[in-house]
Amino acid sequence: MVQQVVTGNRLSDGLVIFLGEDGGWTPKIDLARVAGTEDEAGLLEDLAKAAEKARLVVAPYLIEVTEDAGTLKPVRYRERLRAYGPSVHPEFGRSDVPDHFRMGVEAAGEVDMAGVAG
Amino acid sequence: MYRYDEFDRTMVLDRVEQFRGQIARRMAGELSEEQFRPLRLQNGLYLQLHAYMLRVAIPYGQLNSRQMRKLAHIARTYDKGYGHFTTRQNIQYNWPKLSQVADILAELASVEMHAIQTSGNCIRNVTADQYAGVTADEVEDPRIYAEIIRQWSTFHPEFSFLPRKFKIAVSGAVGADRAAVRFHDIGLFIVRNDAGEVGFEVWVGGGLGRTPMIGKKIRDFVAKADLLAYLEAILRVYNLLGRRDNMFKARIKILVHETGTEEFTRLVEKEFGDTQGGELELPAEEIQRIAAYFAPPAYEALSDEPPALTARRFEDREFNDWVRVNVARHKAPGYAIANISLKPVGLPPGDVTADQMDAVADLAERFSMDGIRVTHEQNLVLPDVRQDRLYDLWQGLRAIGLADANLDHIGDIICCPGLDYCSLANARSIPVAERISQRFADLSRQYDIGELRLKISGCINACGHHHVGHIGILGVDRKDQEYYQITLGGAPGEDAAIGAKVGAAFPATEIVDAVETVVNTYLAIRMPGERFIDTYRRVGDAPFKESLYDKAA
Repeated sequence: MVQQVVTGNRLSDGLVIFLGEDGGWTPKIDLARVAGTEDEAGLLEDLAKAAEKARLVVAPYLIEVTEDAGTLKPVRYRERLRAYGPSVHPEFGRSDVPDHFRMGVEAAGEVDMAGVAG
Repeated sequence: MYRYDEFDRTMVLDRVEQFRGQIARRMAGELSEEQFRPLRLQNGLYLQLHAYMLRVAIPYGQLNSRQMRKLAHIARTYDKGYGHFTTRQNIQYNWPKLSQVADILAELASVEMHAIQTSGNCIRNVTADQYAGVTADEVEDPRIYAEIIRQWSTFHPEFSFLPRKFKIAVSGAVGADRAAVRFHDIGLFIVRNDAGEVGFEVWVGGGLGRTPMIGKKIRDFVAKADLLAYLEAILRVYNLLGRRDNMFKARIKILVHETGTEEFTRLVEKEFGDTQGGELELPAEEIQRIAAYFAPPAYEALSDEPPALTARRFEDREFNDWVRVNVARHKAPGYAIANISLKPVGLPPGDVTADQMDAVADLAERFSMDGIRVTHEQNLVLPDVRQDRLYDLWQGLRAIGLADANLDHIGDIICCPGLDYCSLANARSIPVAERISQRFADLSRQYDIGELRLKISGCINACGHHHVGHIGILGVDRKDQEYYQITLGGAPGEDAAIGAKVGAAFPATEIVDAVETVVNTYLAIRMPGERFIDTYRRVGDAPFKESLYDKAA
């Protein structure tokens, strides 16, 4: 069974958020509540719909995640970019980015899109 | 430049307050996202991957220093300290908070700016040649007519819900097309007819995106008085017959293509029979009134190539390169058009920090009669610089990291925001642009390669104009991996062409090498004096295919 978490954009500022363990919403994917069964995923969806009604989040949906070195990692690269990105402008970037998502300019013009590429 | 009259001012301020109320209702739960979405889009507000994004119109790409300072202030106060100039002469802010958007719009209104009609299925910001009014190769200043079109199209009730978005570009230049006019829904060239009258050559149905098309010329000459009546006729035909059942087939280019240019033209001419001579007729006095806003400034009587410039060019090779590559001829002797490349090595194309915006505003005030232009190639222009002040300007630009002498070279990449920001994108584009500009950072290598337009889009919507790049790159999603297709042979200007896909896509790790292979292939087979595009047109894609895909070669 795949693991899933629910994500959306916060209404007030559009930032990427995840439904957390404690029932609140958090920008940190590692604090997200993980569903391991279809029933749990259904419950997450219900909670997300309620949060949408409560004007906390816009257009929430489930994404697949895996555990990687103790952190939750989205399966799809689009979702990895949402969770940790953007991968440009490191000076404006986030500080809570895990090692598997390396941002910034790589040495000597070598194309290394690691973290997102795989 | 054009100044708001009381109608413009009231209209824009009313709109800010209307949207402020709509935002409050959304935050209070009185509007659902579904109800709110079209309202926010009509005010240029998107919800992107990481945040809201506000797209601000810069009509026909013209700014003064006060407006540029306001853009800097907004970036600093309401965003993360930078903005992004786009391929439609707009600026985008990537991190505004919904709760502050009305305040941002009120700030913009205080300097006669807005975000109206920068999204939605309406007539968008009208774009123009960035050298408007200052280039010698011009019949008349296109900003006059772009402004007239802006006034006609703003809140035009009949065209508020078109089948799809609608983009108009105007150029007054002879021979050169710096505004990709043939790739717009309507492209207008200001021309002089055999009788010596000035009017418009009309192109319709150009565009990029999923189905790239070069526009079709449907009229050699529309008289000035008939400009709006003719545009209204085109829009009416489109509004009635354009497809609304399929978003991907809703642009006017599809209608023109499916109807046939001849039949489409007949329909427009028939409609024009009704609109001509009516209330849309443009009186000469009204054109004069608008033209007065764009009257040329009082140029001093100067000579070209003053000794001060010649000496500096001789002494300083870097400055000489910048003048040779980034500076264009001005219509007034002793003046110059200075291009500011927003493509520093290894940084996102088109991004400018708030401090850089402020500094550019200062430089415009000191050296360019307060004028700034934004180009569809994501660069800036200072249009009215005395040649004997170019050195001082260049030093000012160097101090803020904006003196890259790479205009129209491989480092001057057009690039959409891609999957780093955009919710429509399939792959990232900015990191690819950054890495290509690093690979080709050596300017002497760029000059050896010569003119080369490289354009990158992160999805088929083609905001990065990849179809009209000499080398185009399109990001695609292959089994959840970023891949990049290469197209060759596109051209945006007077020699308009749509590039052709050269072969299978490359993974992210190989795309920069692939671009270098294409460039090296050109260098190996070019004839003396040939640009990349000339060589491609002479030899076709076979040598490039071979070097890219035939590993044995």
